[in-house]
Amino acid sequence: MALDKNGIARRIAQELRDGWYVNLGIGIPTLVANFIPEGIDVEFQSENGILGMGPFPFEGDEDADLINAGKQTITALAGASLFDSATSFGMIRARKVQLTVLGAMEVSDRGDIANWKIPGRMVKGMGGAMDLVASAENIIVAMQHSNREGESKLLTECTLPLTGVGCVKKVVTDLAVLDIDPERGFILRERAPGVGVDEIVAKTAGRLVVEGAIPEMRL
Amino acid sequence: MIRKVVANADVALDGLTDGMTLMVGGFGLCGIPENLIAALRKRGTRNLTCISNNAGVDGFGLGLLLETRQIRKMISSYVGENDEFERQMLSGELEVELIPQGTLAERCRAAGAGIPAFFTPAGFGTEVAEGKEVRMFGGKPYLLEHAFDADFALVKAWKGDEAGNLIFKGTARNFNPMMAMAGRVTVAEVEELVPAGTLDPNAIHVPGIFVHRIFQGAHYEKRIEQRTVRPKNPAI
Repeated sequence: MALDKNGIARRIAQELRDGWYVNLGIGIPTLVANFIPEGIDVEFQSENGILGMGPFPFEGDEDADLINAGKQTITALAGASLFDSATSFGMIRARKVQLTVLGAMEVSDRGDIANWKIPGRMVKGMGGAMDLVASAENIIVAMQHSNREGESKLLTECTLPLTGVGCVKKVVTDLAVLDIDPERGFILRERAPGVGVDEIVAKTAGRLVVEGAIPEMRL
Repeated sequence: MIRKVVANADVALDGLTDGMTLMVGGFGLCGIPENLIAALRKRGTRNLTCISNNAGVDGFGLGLLLETRQIRKMISSYVGENDEFERQMLSGELEVELIPQGTLAERCRAAGAGIPAFFTPAGFGTEVAEGKEVRMFGGKPYLLEHAFDADFALVKAWKGDEAGNLIFKGTARNFNPMMAMAGRVTVAEVEELVPAGTLDPNAIHVPGIFVHRIFQGAHYEKRIEQRTVRPKNPAI
């Protein structure tokens, strides 16, 4: 069965490593914080100026001066620090943040990503996404395998305006975990429990490499 | 000690005229100069270019100046929370330039640090790169981006003193420090204005040299855009 949003987040959380600083985008990526594996310490960075971001505040404890990049009220954990936007993007560009997780509308089999603009619709802006994808060493995309029209979001070439080129290393969808090798395309690593390889092949429009037996995700 | 204190927001905007370029601090509605925006609306100055990460919401923040058609152009990274903004943008009344957030921050910082331009990887290979010089460093492509030039910077801090020194709170810091550094005229409104010597010099985020005018703001509303909470007593 295809994973729900929490399932995708749970699988991505398995990629976290002890001691990593991590930036989570809006949507499914935010849920990753709920599934940090036992025994692992990570610190979450929000690009509007906080490291050590904690969970939402208790009712009544909201502070208008403490929000994340999605403009949600948050808390600061012990050891947190606050800083300005230039310092925040300084640590992003200088690759001090080990992992960026973000959503996407399309990903190409060379690691290009489109997630900020749909021609003909109101454009809201790229926010910090272009800075994050241009600099981060390790980028995981969390998204559905197909869009609402049932079309594959894993393509040979993105059709929407790009956010960044050749930057995505791994994609976790409701159906599969795929690495991206710019030379060969999407490399199928795992499938969602009960999802067959043939379904993933049918729903992946970009180049897809299937080698050997593909294990089920262990969630 | 050089005193920077002015009486109120109206006086603080002296010299701000039609057609000027302003930097306005804040991220969403967090850390925005509420009093200065209200004073600017009352002042009625028009044809403004505003450099600000966001454009407020309907009826608050920069949304107040959009309502009165005082803004001709917005330079921002994300503007999605505002119906009036959308209407003016689609009808062509409002010009909008979208810039990656880190580039926006660094163009402010560069302006305040005497650096005319810099290279950043953000936006390479995208429409943001159109018309910009690309240069390779260490085998990686970077775009040439230029410092902003703003007539006024309107910022908001938590505490400030008579000398213009500023301290911020929480994530309300965001773009305010770099914008404070960058303005030809920088105006700071603070929640608490204290005599010089009251603030610990070790704790100052923005030195007073960057601030030309400072005043204590009033009636801070501090609206929250996305109120997200956990229940205090989860059901057992």
